[in-house]
Amino acid sequence: MFSASLWRLKSYLRPYAPRLVLIWLATIAGIAAGIAIPLVGREIIDGPIAHRDAGALLPLGLLALGLGVTEAFLTFVRRWSQTGPVLGLETAIRDDLYRHLQRLPMSFHNEWQSGQLLSRATTDLSAIRRFFGFGLLFLVMNILQLITVTVVLLQMYWPLGLLVAASSVPIVLVSLRFERRYIRISRLVQDQQGDLATLVEESALGIRTIRAFGRRRHVYDSYDGSATKVYDTSMDKVRLSSRFFTFLEVIPNVTLALVLLLGALAVGGGSLTLGTLVAFTTLMLSLVWPIASLGYILAMGQEAMTAADRVMEALDTEPGITGGAGGIDVPRGHLRFEGAGFRFPGAERPVLHDVWLDVRPGETVAVVGATGSGKTTLTALVPRLLDVTSGRVTIDGHDVRDLPLTELRSVVATAFEEPTLFSMSVRENLMLGRGDASEEEMEAAIEVAQAGFVHDLPWGLDTRIGEQGLSLSGGQRQRLALARAVLSKPRILVLDDTLSALDVETEALVEEALRQVLAEATGVVVAHRASTVLLADKVALLRDGTITHVGRHQDLLAEVPEYRELLAQDADLDQEGVLR
Amino acid sequence: MTTTGTPVREPQGWRGVAAENRDDLPENVSLLLRTRSRRLLGDLLRPHKKAIALLVAIILVSNAAGLAIPYLVKVGIDSGIPPMLRGQGSGSLLTVVAVILTAALVQAFTRQVFLKLSGKIGQGILLELRRRVFDHFQRLSLSFHERYTSGRVISRLTSDVEAIAELLQSGFDSIVTAVLTLVGTAVLLIVLDVHLGLVALIPLPVLLLFTRWFRRESSLVYRRTREAVALVIVHFVESMTGIRAVQAFRREPRNQEIFEELNENYRLANRQSMRLVALFMPGVKLIGNVTVAAVLLYGGWLAFQDEVTVGVLAAFLLYLRQFYEPMQEISQFYNTLQSAGAALEKLSGVLEEEPEVAEPAQPVPLPRVAGEVRFEGVEFSYVKEMPILPRLDLVVPAGQTVAVVGATGAGKTTLAKLIARFYDPTAGRVLLDGVNLRDLDEEALRRAVVMVTQENFLFSGTVADNIRFGRPGASMAEVVAAAEAIGAHEFISGLPEGYETEVGKRGGRMSAGQRQLVAFARAFLADPAVLILDEATSSLDVPSERLVQRALRTILADRTALIIAHRLSTVEIAERVLVMEAGRIVEDGPPALLVAGSGRYAGLHRAWLESLA
Repeated sequence: MFSASLWRLKSYLRPYAPRLVLIWLATIAGIAAGIAIPLVGREIIDGPIAHRDAGALLPLGLLALGLGVTEAFLTFVRRWSQTGPVLGLETAIRDDLYRHLQRLPMSFHNEWQSGQLLSRATTDLSAIRRFFGFGLLFLVMNILQLITVTVVLLQMYWPLGLLVAASSVPIVLVSLRFERRYIRISRLVQDQQGDLATLVEESALGIRTIRAFGRRRHVYDSYDGSATKVYDTSMDKVRLSSRFFTFLEVIPNVTLALVLLLGALAVGGGSLTLGTLVAFTTLMLSLVWPIASLGYILAMGQEAMTAADRVMEALDTEPGITGGAGGIDVPRGHLRFEGAGFRFPGAERPVLHDVWLDVRPGETVAVVGATGSGKTTLTALVPRLLDVTSGRVTIDGHDVRDLPLTELRSVVATAFEEPTLFSMSVRENLMLGRGDASEEEMEAAIEVAQAGFVHDLPWGLDTRIGEQGLSLSGGQRQRLALARAVLSKPRILVLDDTLSALDVETEALVEEALRQVLAEATGVVVAHRASTVLLADKVALLRDGTITHVGRHQDLLAEVPEYRELLAQDADLDQEGVLR
Repeated sequence: MTTTGTPVREPQGWRGVAAENRDDLPENVSLLLRTRSRRLLGDLLRPHKKAIALLVAIILVSNAAGLAIPYLVKVGIDSGIPPMLRGQGSGSLLTVVAVILTAALVQAFTRQVFLKLSGKIGQGILLELRRRVFDHFQRLSLSFHERYTSGRVISRLTSDVEAIAELLQSGFDSIVTAVLTLVGTAVLLIVLDVHLGLVALIPLPVLLLFTRWFRRESSLVYRRTREAVALVIVHFVESMTGIRAVQAFRREPRNQEIFEELNENYRLANRQSMRLVALFMPGVKLIGNVTVAAVLLYGGWLAFQDEVTVGVLAAFLLYLRQFYEPMQEISQFYNTLQSAGAALEKLSGVLEEEPEVAEPAQPVPLPRVAGEVRFEGVEFSYVKEMPILPRLDLVVPAGQTVAVVGATGAGKTTLAKLIARFYDPTAGRVLLDGVNLRDLDEEALRRAVVMVTQENFLFSGTVADNIRFGRPGASMAEVVAAAEAIGAHEFISGLPEGYETEVGKRGGRMSAGQRQLVAFARAFLADPAVLILDEATSSLDVPSERLVQRALRTILADRTALIIAHRLSTVEIAERVLVMEAGRIVEDGPPALLVAGSGRYAGLHRAWLESLA
């Protein structure tokens, strides 16, 4: 029943051990009280009623009342004490999962969609919580109740007790078989719902593209196909569980009929009292619910097991990129690529190979290369968003892999081409890399990035932006991303084609301001345009995954034909007669 | 649903301030919402009317059979046993047992039919709901999507639909069974013995009051839980999608802090909810057990006086068991019902949104498109007081290539979006070959006009699939030809599996430039009469851009084109340049002429030449 993953979660319950003991004691005592009540009923029928003894009626009645109140109270104790451990478990796992996922490298996040991770942090954890808070206890309680009641019944009148015990055999057998099929079909439904969710996601994010090409029907058809598949599989699931749940209910009822028949015969034969028969049937019926809910609880347990597997799968992924123990006292920002190379796992050709580049402290290098030449990958190697697969990258002579990650990433800051904004205030977005920045420093960074528009937002720097807030244009987002990178005052500033969405005038203003920032830091600038290249002291030409030339812009322009082709657009266009 | 509202300052300062959350509405609107949800519900149930009637009949039979069993036990004890004790044989006992067996089988059979049928209806409703909402979202205009955001669209179609699925799958079954058991048992108890029955039913009003209290409390707690989990989800998803920025800026500790705070808040909400149940369930049990004790006492006394039989007493004890068991399910059911209700409210809201850019009732046919675009007194504004385009008249003759330049916010993209009918003008008309765009059906319009933007969305699937999105029926040869025409063939052939390479998580492994090339190929394959390029080459490197431009010269020769670009290199292939400023066209003419003049374009051109250095 227990999968290894679910079992491993038990360590989260350790702090609650005393409380768990209390819960189990209350549970067992509660079951005992519950079973005792029908036995009191038997005493009443066989005692006061049968023997015309009115005096014994009241104490027995009060005993039943006392037992009833006790049972209710014990149930309360169990449920109330349960909330602590159960929610503590869920919350702690979620915190740990989040912490772990934040540590996992980009390569992991490239493979896993955020929706898949979310369903682990929400749906799966809820399934685990439900099982520990409800399912597990009921499972044990029901089994305990089944066993106890069967023992009591056997003692009351063993032939009938035996009959009841025998009736549980088919239930257990069918349950086991059902479980296997149910898991298979549940997983199928889950997978298909995942596919459906992907289609929904794409239809929402790609709405402009769909609209621009008028492909509404095309998109609808593929969604409809997937939705119909979910329908078909869900119907299979309905059919399967309807058969099973019915089976679970019919067995106890048939058993009840047989008990009545044989019990009445026994009463007739004098080997059973009437009170015992009534108590027997009452107790028997008290088994219907535990047996019928067994299937439901088993399914719940199954779900929790699958969920635990999925959570563990994420928690067990080793963070491939972890920090080293070394340190730099006063970083100067001397960046070197020493034969660095990178290859995506499973890819045939490396994206980068044998990259040699030396950027001295305070120097700025522009990285120029054709579309897809690996420029972005190159910049990702410095803050270790990706790790080199050959060679090494050093800062002030230290391999970046020997530095603690926080230290490394405080030395390097990157402004990405596709800026990421979070649903938080502008201020919080800007201070991403430096929580202790002063207002003056923030103003200065905004000034450099020409992001003064933030002051015109409805609530200024407190305005919430991002998906859940105000939406900004591509150019505005890029400027915020730039301001964010500038604000963190890094020794090494990486600009990954950060200015592509700006118009010419704004770009000129930003470049002017950036010159001062870059004068104080080591810079790596990915550039498509000559204007951006001019920010740099020297240029590295990236071609077929390696750096073929390093030099000054004018020199490369004069000497390297490929470079000329990449940057000197007007001259070539004129030659080809494209311009008129 | 209005988008304006009073600002809500969050207790958590980091979230910042935003307009009121549209998902939460003031109380006075909720009545309207309930009517709207009910209308949708009625609409969804209508096709299943007959099946539902059958379902009701079946469930009545099923419950009657189930309820009869304890009664039959009573009959067995009272009239089966005495004849045997008197030595008159077991004939009547056997009859009773046979009837019990029959009842059990009838119950089992009807129950199975019920589960299957209700499952079928439920799944049918879900499928219909999914189809309807999805299709409706696709019909709604882009301005709606910009307001509503993709995150909400996704949660409507996933978590909200699942909340309703939950109700249909388990909630419905349990509540129907619970209610029928409750009512049926109450009636039977009275019929069995009026006095004892009344004693057994005395706690019923208490139970109902208690349940009402629980329902009220749980709806408050439920709301709190929902709000708490929403914050957890948003923060989680954004951290994971933005993990690159999170890691690059060492945001992890602060994120962890925020997350643990939100998670703790969620835990407290959940604790409140679980504690509520922890009070409710034992409370129900207490009422049930007290009733059992009272029945034993009073019933015992009555039996002692020979006013009820032992069989009746046994039946009472059996029924009281059944009476209180389903209450377990009712507490679960409230949560399911509430989340389904909230989901239904939101879904019905979406379905009642009218597409602002509506399809015409009687579309005008447009058999052959020449591609003449005409703006007649067009005005456009998102907000009334702030017109983006004050008043615009413009004629683009068929086949002309027009470049539009101007600073950010000058209205270039708005102009383009009006031609593609992403929006309708606030006043005036946009005409294609003399036909108002509002009078064209979507198919015809999209065949004629295609717009390529900066954001190049790639769908999951292969590169070829993505190019073919421009024309689903296109052959592989046509796909390759389109890619070759704009110079994308080379890089695609270099991919691990060429055209059959999966693009992965939103085109993750391709660079921005490569994605743009694929998007270009897609547009060329679509072969429209009017092509709009809005900053479509901004991510390309110079050689790729040059290739695209060379291709454009041939491709645009026989069609109308509108090119928006920051880089003037793209503009050079145009026959005509429009310079826009604050929504107005301030210069209009052939580029050579404008360059030679002393206007704004000449200035822009000089600045651009200098930037090339």
